[in-house]
Amino acid sequence: MRSRPYLRFVLVRLGALVLLAVGITLVSFILTNLVPGDPAAANLGQRALSDPAIVAAFRHQHGLDQPLPVQYWKYLTGLVQGDFGTSQRSNRPVGDELAEYVPATLELASTAVVLSVVVGVGLGMLAAMRRNSWLDQLLRVVSLAGVSMPTFWLALAAFFLLFYKWGILPGGGRLDPGLDPPPQVTGLYTVDALLAGQWDIFGNAVFHLIMPALVLAAYTVGLLTRFTRASMLEVLGNDYIRTAQAKGLPGRTIVFRHVLRPALVPILTVAGLAFGSLLSGTVLVEQIFSWNGIGQYAYQSALNLDLPAIMGVSLVVAVIYVTVNFVVDLLYGVVDPRVRLQ
Amino acid sequence: MSLLDVSDLRVLLPTADGLQPAVDGVGFTVGEREIVGVAGESGSGKTISMLALLGLTPPGARVTGSAGFGGQDLLALKGKALRDVRGRSIAVVFQDPMTSLHPMLTIGRQLTEHVRHHLGLSKRAALDRAAELLDLVRIPDPRGALGRYPHQFSGGMRQRIAIAMALGCSPDLLIADEPTTALDVTVQAGILRLLDRLRTENGLSIILITHDLGVLSSVADRLYVYYAGRIVETGATSGIIQQPRHPYTQGLLRALPRAEDGLTPIGGTPPSLGAVPAGCAFHPRCAFAEASCAVDRPELVDGLACPINPLVRS
Repeated sequence: MRSRPYLRFVLVRLGALVLLAVGITLVSFILTNLVPGDPAAANLGQRALSDPAIVAAFRHQHGLDQPLPVQYWKYLTGLVQGDFGTSQRSNRPVGDELAEYVPATLELASTAVVLSVVVGVGLGMLAAMRRNSWLDQLLRVVSLAGVSMPTFWLALAAFFLLFYKWGILPGGGRLDPGLDPPPQVTGLYTVDALLAGQWDIFGNAVFHLIMPALVLAAYTVGLLTRFTRASMLEVLGNDYIRTAQAKGLPGRTIVFRHVLRPALVPILTVAGLAFGSLLSGTVLVEQIFSWNGIGQYAYQSALNLDLPAIMGVSLVVAVIYVTVNFVVDLLYGVVDPRVRLQ
Repeated sequence: MSLLDVSDLRVLLPTADGLQPAVDGVGFTVGEREIVGVAGESGSGKTISMLALLGLTPPGARVTGSAGFGGQDLLALKGKALRDVRGRSIAVVFQDPMTSLHPMLTIGRQLTEHVRHHLGLSKRAALDRAAELLDLVRIPDPRGALGRYPHQFSGGMRQRIAIAMALGCSPDLLIADEPTTALDVTVQAGILRLLDRLRTENGLSIILITHDLGVLSSVADRLYVYYAGRIVETGATSGIIQQPRHPYTQGLLRALPRAEDGLTPIGGTPPSLGAVPAGCAFHPRCAFAEASCAVDRPELVDGLACPINPLVRS
């Protein structure tokens, strides 16, 4: 009974998600067509370019000779049927290529997210509990460093030290060159390896994940540490925490049951937003660690003005981002009963 | 034999100018099944001296003195020994029921967690007990209330829930810090009647903190009147209400809204932390003050900290 408005909220948000996806296709379509460049020039070789017949054939094949609204309409109708168009660079369906690259990024990004939340929130709690101690000061410096160090620099430094100098972690790729990927189910090597019971592949995939995930998570760990500390301290000043203390509850119970939960509300907001910066960070990190994910795909598509590929990437990234923030909105309701029962 | 015996309690609070005395040598006792009223303006140290008993002062505060309770000195307790007193032997009801209950935990959880911790009750037994307590404080549909959250109750109901929570472990002493201040007048009377009933039915001793002497006069057996971190007058409630001896107490009583002749506020403002006048702290606001009042600090003699005793002279 009382949860019906909540259900409506969920449905409304899902509807908004669909509208937003359409909006994103329109914006990315307009933007990619505003770029002063010719896909034909970017994708055809020198000799082919000098032959007007070949250029015309290329333009016709990819529908570039039609008016823009027609091109957009064709794209949309195709999209509804699950067709992302054909890459102008590779001549393969963009949908197939996305299915190949997206899981790699999801594996990397979700590892980084889990790492950020666990480490960032954990360190933030520690700093808040030991306020003004040497540990708090140390964490302040570390988190500030995490937030302010450019990802590309951190990636290169980690690569140099952990791989080149000390050789404790592999330098790039998702698996050692000699190994075959596990049979694809989800596209996440770690999960697929577990599903297939290939323990050695699983271990190797995890081994390859560590360095890029750490580099990618550095910023969000720093951010979450600082926000968690501030949020915990704010909650600690509330009357209901004094009530909990006056009830004689042990410190651990107070922190985990009474302080953490209200503190999570602003942390959730930041975590959702941080996920966005994490997605954009993958473009760099994947390039440096030869991680065949959507970041690399986006980079190459942009270089080649591969319009359908760029739009596919934009759409996928935007939907992931919006979905994450939708999940965050749902979690507000889980954490705070006042959101759910209003 | 009193239940609680506090003597020479001093609390220094950290401020921008270093530690400043918020409570400056107070002593009081609470007997079995007694309701003791503590009156005084905001900032007079009445709340902080009660919180100090349970070690609930803000970080950086320094507390000295002694507080005998059940054969031990509360002020010497630390860690687990202190937590075992909190909520179990001595419980607190705070001023504002809108902020003192946890907004994201169910009433059931908040009423059972300390009971399970202190008494080791099973979840079901603790919930049964919680429902009984809610019934005791007259919350309709106690079973249903256990699954709900504070925002689904009115202010008066929330204060009743806070009282039920405080009673969870059958404490010997309840410290009620302005439990009716945040509530409507009509609700106030109900809460006071409830406290009085708990004293008779559950054998509870209560320290009732308030700035409203009118509230105290209806339930408290004895009164302590605070001014600027010290007790300026104490005695049986009826005596103080009918014949207040300290000029400050007289001022407090005149400041009550009355039908006959309206209210007369006390001129001036109470001193702030660290700026307490020398001698009798009240002398700058006192109509009877003499030159000696600014020099000699009056001690509490025969329940009164005022050597001039204007009532006797006039």
